Amino acid sequence: MEKITAYLLPVITAVIIIFGLAKGIKVFDCFTVGAAKGMKTAVKLLPPLMGLVLGVTMLRSSGALDVITKMLSPLAELTGIPADVMPLTVLSPISGSGSLTMFEQILKGFGPDSPEGRIASVIMGSTETTFYAVTVYYGSVGIRKSGCTVPAALIADMTSFFLSALTVTVFDF
Amino acid sequence: MINYIWSAMVVFSLIASFFGGTGSGLSEAIFSSASDAVSLCIRLAGTICLWGGLMEIAEQSGLTNTVCRLISPILRLIFPKMDMKSKAARAISMNVTANLLGLGNAATPLGLEAMKHLQSENPSKEKASADMVKFVVMNSAAFHLIPTTVAALRRDYGSDNPFDIMLPSWISSAAALTVGLTAAVIFIRISEVVKWRK
Repeated sequence: MEKITAYLLPVITAVIIIFGLAKGIKVFDCFTVGAAKGMKTAVKLLPPLMGLVLGVTMLRSSGALDVITKMLSPLAELTGIPADVMPLTVLSPISGSGSLTMFEQILKGFGPDSPEGRIASVIMGSTETTFYAVTVYYGSVGIRKSGCTVPAALIADMTSFFLSALTVTVFDF
Repeated sequence: MINYIWSAMVVFSLIASFFGGTGSGLSEAIFSSASDAVSLCIRLAGTICLWGGLMEIAEQSGLTNTVCRLISPILRLIFPKMDMKSKAARAISMNVTANLLGLGNAATPLGLEAMKHLQSENPSKEKASADMVKFVVMNSAAFHLIPTTVAALRRDYGSDNPFDIMLPSWISSAAALTVGLTAAVIFIRISEVVKWRK
């Protein structure tokens, strides 16, 4: 399985290029045209990202996140999420790099095959950084009114947190 | 909404730092966040350009068409009104494929490509269309068939079986996707009804 996943990206890249070549496309010229368009998108992303990173770093370094986690800790028992994994559920919708660090701490502290490690793995495997996705996706095309996106996405996140604890307990093999 | 969330983040951080005495760390964080954002953007720019280039080849060669045809049964469930021959549908199908394969780095650039086409079909340029809302919710509850990144980290920390979290992950992300999309559709309907009443 791991061997397959290691070759996934190189194979996909090669398939795209070979398929293009077979259809008589000037693949390198075509690649540079597409890459140039990408640069324009990237430039548009800086302002919204700057705002998001400011908010998230302030939350993390001021200790506000710890306060939020403590406020939510009664929920831990209710949902079956271990108290040590609870901070991950607060962090994962707002910070990708932050939740990755926390995930590694859990893996290191409890071991990847412990209940804590497995629940954290499922959380990491079944959610994306919601605020980051909303900022980047809408920021790239200049949408200002996201409507009901954030509430709906957070409901999805909570579903996956709740089910991560449940499924790991049920499929305890 | 984002204006309130963002302000709340900043104000709440300030209050928390008063009580926790983390003022100096906080002012340092404000400065470092600016350069962090730039380096994040540069990293992102790399993957966006890379996948923008590959996507251009795939689009010209008709490969995206083939992928779209394979994925369209799933897409029809989520976007019933969408024209499956449109550029937006093709880009969405590439994004879904990248997500399924667990290629998070590729999914975002391909998703941004899809947003561009969704925006060109969007009647109001400032407000997200129903399809956009569903698409972003779908990406924030990304469904990975192969959890590549998580499995690699689990192996690094000495797991006996890095991939044994696959089944629980599928169940939990499939449920998250269903609940999130249902919530989005309900919210969209409510806002339509409210607008119509006015």
